[in-house]
Amino acid sequence: MDIHEYQAKSILANFGVAIPRGGLAYSPEQAAYRAREIGGSKWVVKAQVHTGGRGKVGGVKVCEDEEQVFEAANQMFGKRLVTEQTGPDGKFIYRVYVEGAVNIEREIYLAFVLDRKTERIMVVASASGGMEIEEISESHPESIVRSIVEPAAGILDFQAREIAFKLGIASAQIPETVETIKGCYNAFRELDATMVEINPLVVTGEGAIIALDAKMTFDDNALFRHPDISELRDKSQEDLRESQAADRGLSYVALDGQIGCIVNGAGLAMATMDIIEVAGGQPANFLDIGGGASPERVAKAFNLVMADKNVKAILVNIFAGINRCDWVAEGIVQALENNPVDVPVIVRLAGTKVEEGRKILASSGLPIIRAGTLAEAAERSVEAWKNSTKSNPQAQTLQELAS
Amino acid sequence: MSILLDRDTKVLVHGISGKIARFHSKEMSEYGTNIVGGVVPGKGGEIVNGVPVFDTVKEAVEQTGASASIVFVPPPFAADSIMEAADAGIKFCVSVTDGIPAQDMMSVKRYMRRYPKAERMRLTGPNCAGTITPGEALLGIMPGHIYIPGSVGIVGRSGTLGYEAASQMKALGIGVSTSVGIGGDPINGSSFKDILELFEADPKTNAVVLIGEIGGPQESEAADFIRDHMTKPVIAYVAGLSAPKGRTMGHAGAIITAFGESADEKVGILREVGAAIAPDPSLIGATVAQSLAKAS
Repeated sequence: MDIHEYQAKSILANFGVAIPRGGLAYSPEQAAYRAREIGGSKWVVKAQVHTGGRGKVGGVKVCEDEEQVFEAANQMFGKRLVTEQTGPDGKFIYRVYVEGAVNIEREIYLAFVLDRKTERIMVVASASGGMEIEEISESHPESIVRSIVEPAAGILDFQAREIAFKLGIASAQIPETVETIKGCYNAFRELDATMVEINPLVVTGEGAIIALDAKMTFDDNALFRHPDISELRDKSQEDLRESQAADRGLSYVALDGQIGCIVNGAGLAMATMDIIEVAGGQPANFLDIGGGASPERVAKAFNLVMADKNVKAILVNIFAGINRCDWVAEGIVQALENNPVDVPVIVRLAGTKVEEGRKILASSGLPIIRAGTLAEAAERSVEAWKNSTKSNPQAQTLQELAS
Repeated sequence: MSILLDRDTKVLVHGISGKIARFHSKEMSEYGTNIVGGVVPGKGGEIVNGVPVFDTVKEAVEQTGASASIVFVPPPFAADSIMEAADAGIKFCVSVTDGIPAQDMMSVKRYMRRYPKAERMRLTGPNCAGTITPGEALLGIMPGHIYIPGSVGIVGRSGTLGYEAASQMKALGIGVSTSVGIGGDPINGSSFKDILELFEADPKTNAVVLIGEIGGPQESEAADFIRDHMTKPVIAYVAGLSAPKGRTMGHAGAIITAFGESADEKVGILREVGAAIAPDPSLIGATVAQSLAKAS
């Protein structure tokens, strides 16, 4: 789960990380008021959206009087911010964060991730802050400092000092930098984060070490023990269909193809996407309905996939393990009888009691296209999609208009 | 035996009183697994599915001589249960539980290093379908009938995709020595490399099918092992060729975040070390058959 910058900053501040003075605003008036409250003569208005790269697309504005703060906020509210990371739909701006501007002398990159190779928390830092880590690793790979934390001991002072010295921090600012590094680590560990990123961490003209931006991601599997973190979830920043799916125990990722997929198991779902591409189509989504594939889940899955207007055919691929194909087939028939769909449905069943399952599909009278193997299922789906476009000239025109 | 498990292996079920655990214990027994007891704190002395329940793993091991166990405990308590098994002297533990916090798994891995390697418990999972030695025993939730006994090892992250591979092989008459699920989580008990090592040393295994997916460094670690140590043919398929970067595809660990983590890159790395690559998921069985024909 992702949270907003202002939320991450407030969490990190509790762990001893210094942040600029700031305040949250839900309206331009409130933004101007925050500027007055903060004081000074220069402010930064920042759109609060779950994405990086805001600065490049007008999501961060420097202002020199209250009127400018009002204007900047006014232009942001209600807009969708489209960045390199959001996809074409962008993310809605419902709140902005106003901060007192900081006199920047140096920008540093500081992040904490769960390293899968060592299976420990790793600190990743670079003296070349202010740009994305991908850019740093291309343009200044030698500047990247990595340090693995021993979980039993936690991050040690000498380790944080080593990182700080490698970043070229002046002696006078070492203690403050060490506090910042340790604070981030402790927040990561105590709150079950999977990522903490401060980019940039700045050294100010006055010699302070301040987190100018902050991003935190949390382990969804650990939210049960952090109710206070769960409360920070902002559904307006999530893909509507994906979060609806997640709330129903389904795992869904929207893609931009024409063939909707309903599959049990994540690996098989990915493999199904792959074979659709081999057959000449594109998957409209990744969808794992879980190993069980109960009738309720199948019905929910059809609703979810049909909500995507680009879907021109649906491929159901279920490998019945402990459950049985006849049971899954009944679920499919039930779902389609209660909620008929207007695109071709291709069903491939395999595993336990497959013959019985196929019989149920055949005798249902529903226009289900049956397939025996994975390859056949993909071919039939692509065929059905192509035929549906041909036989429906209106749909074809619409598709041309859309593309 | 093949690897990890045979019909004589004595097995404990953690959380045996739960609905799902009870169901799968019965399935496992019917397949031939030698289940000797269960562990549920506070329910010691009860009988479930005809086997005694113990309060602690230690007591269960002392009383039954069990050397393997399977964890069906809910995510908040699963890591603790795994560490209890490691401390009690269990040698092979399967964790089926999906949804264990990543930092709990970090603690589990750290804790297991307390024991010298020769005595250390081998953990597979979490979030896996389990391990089966066809015709002998299964420790997991897979349907036993899709596997036939034979001499090809399978190691994979995904449950149902593993079933797909096994059933394609069965259709071609190719049998399996042991099939091991290592699970879809970012931090797991055993890696591809760990299991390849066991198959390489197992006289009953002639070739190995590796079923990978996007995310994480384990396929490329496996490639290093294949290049340097593997004498048996390896057949590989990596799922997620069409998966977008930066998105989690169902499995918590199936996310491309770094170089070398996409399916394309993994396929390239595995091909380079001589693995036979199944070009698409419907050709896993056929690719195995080709490799076996070439090897003989």
